[in-house]
Amino acid sequence: MAENKGVMIVAEFLNGKLAAISKELLGAGSKLAKDLGEELSVVFIGEGIAGIAPEAIAQGADKVYVVDDVLLKEYLTDAYVAVAEKVIQQVNPRIVLAGQTTLGRDFTPRLAFRLNAAATMDCIDLSIEAGTKKLLMTKPVYGGNARAIFTSEVLPNVATVRVKAMTALAPDASRKGEVVTITAGLDAAAIRTNVLQKVVQEVQGIKLEDATVIVSGGRGMGGPEGFKQLASLAKLLRGAAGASRPPCDSGWVPETMQVGLTGKIVSPDVYIAVAISGSSQHLAGCGGSKNIIAINCDAEANIFKEARFGVVGDWKKVVPALETKLKELLGR
Amino acid sequence: MNIIVCVKQVPDPEAPPASFKIDSATNKVIPPPGVPPVISPFDEQAVEAALRVKDAKGGKITVISLGVNLLRDVVKKPLSMGADELILLEDPAYVDGDSWTTAYALAMAIKKIGQFDLIFCGRQAADTDAGQVGSAIAEILGIPSVTVARKIEVNESKVKVEKVTADGFDVIETSMPALITVSNELGEPRYATIKGIMAAKRKEPIIWKPADISADPAKLGAAGKRMAMLKLFQPVKEGKCEMVTGENEEDAAANLAKKLVEAKLLS
Ligand SMILES: Cc1cc2nc3c(=O)[nH]c(=O)nc-3n(C[C@H](O)[C@H](O)[C@H](O)COP(=O)(O)OP(=O)(O)OC[C@H]3O[C@@H](n4cnc5c(N)ncnc54)[C@H](O)[C@@H]3O)c2cc1C
Ligand SMILES: Nc1ncnc2c1ncn2[C@@H]1O[C@H](COP(=O)(O)O)[C@@H](O)[C@H]1O
Repeated sequence: MAENKGVMIVAEFLNGKLAAISKELLGAGSKLAKDLGEELSVVFIGEGIAGIAPEAIAQGADKVYVVDDVLLKEYLTDAYVAVAEKVIQQVNPRIVLAGQTTLGRDFTPRLAFRLNAAATMDCIDLSIEAGTKKLLMTKPVYGGNARAIFTSEVLPNVATVRVKAMTALAPDASRKGEVVTITAGLDAAAIRTNVLQKVVQEVQGIKLEDATVIVSGGRGMGGPEGFKQLASLAKLLRGAAGASRPPCDSGWVPETMQVGLTGKIVSPDVYIAVAISGSSQHLAGCGGSKNIIAINCDAEANIFKEARFGVVGDWKKVVPALETKLKELLGR
Repeated sequence: MNIIVCVKQVPDPEAPPASFKIDSATNKVIPPPGVPPVISPFDEQAVEAALRVKDAKGGKITVISLGVNLLRDVVKKPLSMGADELILLEDPAYVDGDSWTTAYALAMAIKKIGQFDLIFCGRQAADTDAGQVGSAIAEILGIPSVTVARKIEVNESKVKVEKVTADGFDVIETSMPALITVSNELGEPRYATIKGIMAAKRKEPIIWKPADISADPAKLGAAGKRMAMLKLFQPVKEGKCEMVTGENEEDAAANLAKKLVEAKLLS
């Protein structure tokens, strides 16, 4: 078999455009490809997606492999893994990268095992070891308490990358790239799952992932009532409201508000953590924030170790006073 | 219904972050004194998922755990919750591998069990934070998988799964046998009952060595791994929090507001 060469990104799309994670992957992938002196390609799996190819080229891709088929309209594990396997057999890349997203979490391990490899999930740093050309993959383990650096003994080297861990390149519309169409050749009978329904739990206002200010509450909020107060503060700051896991598990707020290792990864300018102790798993989701502000009645709470400013006190007293003063100072 | 659940013993992920230590010479975690290991929390949810299916449809639940130094009080917890049987893949040959070798051994044990309709795993183990072994078992066994489930409903020969997504959930249907990984949105695992604890005490786990599951020794543990861990380390924290105070909590809050605006963090 030919030598494994190049870096391949598995793209995701949102509203007919390249998803943010895919741009981040292309940014990271260009650097790796450059260090290897090899090519950066991206594989598009879906329906009616060929038109997005120029966007990927502008973001750094040298080649776009497009697999467009009606059976690929929505993500189905069996279909996407089969198609990706086919493309990878044909292109024989050294590295395959996907996002640590709903799709990537499901798709990547199955793909890796089908290729007789293993994946490294949720990487936050990737680099090429000079000389050996090995990919060094750094990922958080033990809920974020530690990090591990892995290499793969087999090729291709398959990994997922945490959302917001990498930086996209500035788009360059003058970049040239090649678009290659590959037929899916899927057997509908080999697709064993079927999506009966997609339920979207709409959040009002700014999305957590896009917010520059987030006000999050934890178990110490004691119930759903306090979250109205946090939502009001978030609104004043033109931000979004989030939560640690316990308020979601307890049904005080929707599950989609969860920030953390298994929730949303956010990186706002300001993250106000109210009555949140600062577990490693929560910090995995908000640790990338530029400034964490902690409000907690326990001066020893771990969150203060991560915060830039902190107030020790009962949120019931601190949050309303904070809102009143901010209203005055910001003139809103 | 024959249901299999894979559970892993891990260091307690809810132990205070300050108690977490690494031995950099061996790249291993130093167990914090006085904090016993636990079953990885999502795996307990996987046991709960299996129990709910058993409550609705009847059947037998077999739990498998792979590792060494498996504490009986820890790994017997699923039995005390209502599972029927416990199989331990407990041998040094099984450990120090990677997700591939773990999945291979678990899949070989499942093949030996033979009869199964559903396999449940946790969405990810609390030590590796990977979320691969479930999909890998499904791949090795050649069965469909649905990951990150919040609800599971069995009808006739099909299973309907609500899969957690970034902005809600998908309802996915698949044929059985199938493998499902379970997330915390499923809800709290049930408590062990006194009766369950007594029954678990009396029940001895079945121990399968590599030869018992016809495993190829070259595919197990350190001998079979595809991934090498070069280094395990703790990220350094800066820890320079400015504590904002005042005459009272309200006053401290007002001072915080001033600081945030002065530092141009909010505008
Ligand atoms: C594998 C795994 C994955 C996980 N994933 C996530 C995840 O994605 N996101 C997540 O958040 N968690 C996650 N967790 C759970 C995590 O370990 C913690 O249990 C959780 O983050 C704790 O939430 P908390 O800080 O709100 O609650 P607690 O730790 O109970 O803290 C509550 C805090 O509120 C303070 N408080 C109480 N009353 C008041 C008051 N009146 N005023 C001010 N402060 C008050 C207390 O001092 C305390 O510090 C995960 C766990 C595991 C094992
Ligand atoms: N040593 C093990 N013994 C039993 N089950 C395991 C083991 N390792 C992983 N699993 C199962 O696979 C899931 C995912 O593990 P991981 O891929 O390591 O995150 C866990 O939640 C368990 O259900």
